[in-house]
Amino acid sequence: MKTNKKEGADPSGLTAHELHDLMQLGQLRCTDLVRAVFARIDRVEPKVKAYLCLFKENALEQAARVDEKIERGDELGPLEGIPVALKDVLCTLEGETTCASRILKGFRAPYEATVVRRLRESGAISIGKTNLDEFAMGSSTENSAFQITANPWDLSRVPGGSSGGSAAAVAADETIVALGSDTGGSIRQPAALCGIVGLKPTYGRVSRYGLVAFASSLDQIGPMAKDVKDIALMMNAIGGKDPLDSTSANIPVPDFLTALARDLSGTKIGVPKEYFGEGIDDDVRESVERAADRMKNCGAEIVEVSLPHTEYAIPVYYIVANAEASANLARYDGVKYGFRFHDANDTLAMYEKTKSHGFGQEVKRRIMLGTYALSSGYYDAYYLKAQKVRTLFRHDFEKVFSVCDALIMPTSPTPAFRIGEKTDDPLKMYLSDVFTISANLAGLPALSIPCGYSKEGLPIGLQIMAKPFDEVTVLRVASAYEQNRGERLGKPPLDGDEEN
Amino acid sequence: MGYEAIIGIEVHVELLTRSKVFCGCSTAFGAPPNSQVCPVCLGMPGVLPVMNKRAVELVIMTGLALNCEISGWSKLDRKNYFYPDLPKNYQISQYDLPISAGGFLEIDVDETTKRIGITRVHLEEDTGKNLHPEGASYSQVDFNRCGVPLMEVVSEPDMRSPQEAHEYLQRLKAILQYLEVSDCNMEEGSLRAEANVSLRREGSSEYGTKTEIKNVNSFKGVQKALEYEIERQNKVLSSGGAIVQETRMWDEQRGVTSTMRSKEQAHDYRYFPEPDLVPIVVDDAWIKELRQALPELPRARKERFVAEYGIPEYDAGVLTAAKAVADYYEECVRCGAEPKAASNWVMGELQFRLRETGTDMAECRIRPEDLASMLKLIEEGTISGKIAKAVFEEMFATGKTPGDIVGEHGLQQITDTEQIGEVIDAVIRDNPEPVESYRRGKTKALAFLVGQVMKATRGKANPQLVNEILREKLS
Repeated sequence: MKTNKKEGADPSGLTAHELHDLMQLGQLRCTDLVRAVFARIDRVEPKVKAYLCLFKENALEQAARVDEKIERGDELGPLEGIPVALKDVLCTLEGETTCASRILKGFRAPYEATVVRRLRESGAISIGKTNLDEFAMGSSTENSAFQITANPWDLSRVPGGSSGGSAAAVAADETIVALGSDTGGSIRQPAALCGIVGLKPTYGRVSRYGLVAFASSLDQIGPMAKDVKDIALMMNAIGGKDPLDSTSANIPVPDFLTALARDLSGTKIGVPKEYFGEGIDDDVRESVERAADRMKNCGAEIVEVSLPHTEYAIPVYYIVANAEASANLARYDGVKYGFRFHDANDTLAMYEKTKSHGFGQEVKRRIMLGTYALSSGYYDAYYLKAQKVRTLFRHDFEKVFSVCDALIMPTSPTPAFRIGEKTDDPLKMYLSDVFTISANLAGLPALSIPCGYSKEGLPIGLQIMAKPFDEVTVLRVASAYEQNRGERLGKPPLDGDEEN
Repeated sequence: MGYEAIIGIEVHVELLTRSKVFCGCSTAFGAPPNSQVCPVCLGMPGVLPVMNKRAVELVIMTGLALNCEISGWSKLDRKNYFYPDLPKNYQISQYDLPISAGGFLEIDVDETTKRIGITRVHLEEDTGKNLHPEGASYSQVDFNRCGVPLMEVVSEPDMRSPQEAHEYLQRLKAILQYLEVSDCNMEEGSLRAEANVSLRREGSSEYGTKTEIKNVNSFKGVQKALEYEIERQNKVLSSGGAIVQETRMWDEQRGVTSTMRSKEQAHDYRYFPEPDLVPIVVDDAWIKELRQALPELPRARKERFVAEYGIPEYDAGVLTAAKAVADYYEECVRCGAEPKAASNWVMGELQFRLRETGTDMAECRIRPEDLASMLKLIEEGTISGKIAKAVFEEMFATGKTPGDIVGEHGLQQITDTEQIGEVIDAVIRDNPEPVESYRRGKTKALAFLVGQVMKATRGKANPQLVNEILREKLS
């Protein structure tokens, strides 16, 4: 965005780094920013329904403290005073943590996620928690037990999922930045469908402590924002080893801002041919191919590569993820917290009734599938084999990254689909993640960035991947592309409402 | 042809770490319910376990003490089952790659040493405890114990009698106590044992169908439960029946085992690798460090006691069976006690009194240095062996030093020959008849006269001196 920072313009449409500059210069009070964002929420939220709860009072209190700092002339941290929305799988001391599930309705965590603490310590202001597919299981946010979130670009369409609430909130300017979680594409696919930037960091880059687990070996928290620079700022705040998460990597965290670049000279970018086959929408294919051309114009060398095991991604994913989920979700049994079915005669009946009433259809389906895959007699054929294939994915990627620095491909095979379009066909829904799952199975960093629009005017996402812990390359390619996109990005057509 | 019993034993012990295995909560026993819990051990949404390194070390040390191979790479697994005392509804345990495996433990059977194979030693987390208040329509759960590190020691089916099983448990407990990895307190549940047993025709090399016995609360209980179960299986087989593979519950009161769950009802635990924890990687340097930190173990200590203190092997075996007793004995000797005399008193009088009063060695009021000085008083002739017993009683009851007790009650042995002579003169004067018969050659009468002297001195006269002087005066 290179628009002039007009005084009086709605700050909710700006990026974190733009807002930081305005506040630091004394041209914008943080309180006014927070008020503007809440005003925007008041206007568009009835249509978008991105949030499950809002923290307006606390947000304004925190904003007032930022304003005091500004008045004192103190220097603000890059995220200080910046409104952030949190996917409701992240435990917060404020409000409930429901995972959009009836079974956790009313659950208040007595602890907070490490990422939430880190953002708070960096001065960012949590403004609310966003909707998602129940326990992050889904690709459309339609599996929420509470509400259906609409895509701000077309209210009859889904925002993607499972971080659909966060993606829609960022796209609709109902927040400046957001956090999502990504187990099989849950940050990138909604980012693509809502026309924003979303990064799934390398597995282990960001602490999972306080992220309600779906599939522990695949889950990763990541930032969602309007541009790559905001993603880098967020990563600077949330990345790094956490003693509370043994799977978080003890690998130094670079200053991700230094990754931002305009030029891609000397960068070799692979385009995996398996990602352009059957089922891909023509507009998506053309947009991604155009993006590859842009990158070539910035000096990148584009090569065709192969990831031969790609076709197994979905079956492998649905075995591993559901197996882990079947154990992770076993704890919601009515004994300790959340929903309990009260009229049960014994413990077993309480378990059964609590789970059958507390969980939604898709969650139950996945628990059943996962339990089956781990059962005695099936373990070797399913879980163990899936883990072996997972190793093959890693090898595929290792091979590819020995010849190129980054990969580009579509994030989602199609732009946003209609609400209700795929709810009766789980397999069709699962295929929405076909391009994003491999990065989770191999633990790679992967980002989705807008790369144009379909004929209907729906956003399309370009996916960029690199080696494990090489978010720097992902961000470098993304920022160079962003600055040379050559395509003006619009805003979702929600503003008509405001003119009323 | 008779049957031979094939017995294997699984032991669970709570490790003596200060904090729980995956969080910082205290492991202390006996705190008010749910006062030692946190989101991690309660398995709340979104929390993650972090391995307690000390717990891993204690398992490695046990593995080393049991002659096991220590795995350079092992992992944790989830064992899935639903129970209210298990807040995650899975237990973090080890399935196919335990920290250590393939060792042995030596036990003494009929004057020979027998090796009992150790299949594996692994680490897991303990569960909470369900409480069922009387008359209530609900149950409660105390999660204080949940997440306390638990070590499982699995033996090979190498035991052939309930006595061997009992001996195995005692040896194992001694080793664990020597290592200070667990206090092995069965009443507090820090040691739990389960036995499995099958019968096979003598001479056969194939195993029969086994049953598992749970709910045993003491080593004697294990022995009794096995005796019952072997008898039961024997009857079934002898009458042409077949043993059903099942878990059986020991009823201590009635002294019987009964079906708890059959093989068909057995859980499918759906084990899979725990994705929230990284593998346990143990390098040679760490193993070496822990090996060097191993204390002297019971067997080695027994051999040293024989060599160093010159006491019989039997004594050394008894003294070293429990670490606390062996420590007490050694301290006693270090304070100057004659080793054999110390052994007699520690094995005899002291153990007897402790058992009689149900006192723990740790709570014994007689300090080792006091026992040593009591032995010195005997050796120097200040008190007689008989007086010593009374002094010992009082030491045990009050914790006073032997010097104080002897002083308070004037119990010093009389060694003053003049003083003894005076008493003897009086005895000779008052007992003309026995004196006469002694002089006529009835040596038996001497014992009577000695007794009279001892009586007159209330046992304090040195009996040897009394003998000598009396003979002299009568000759």
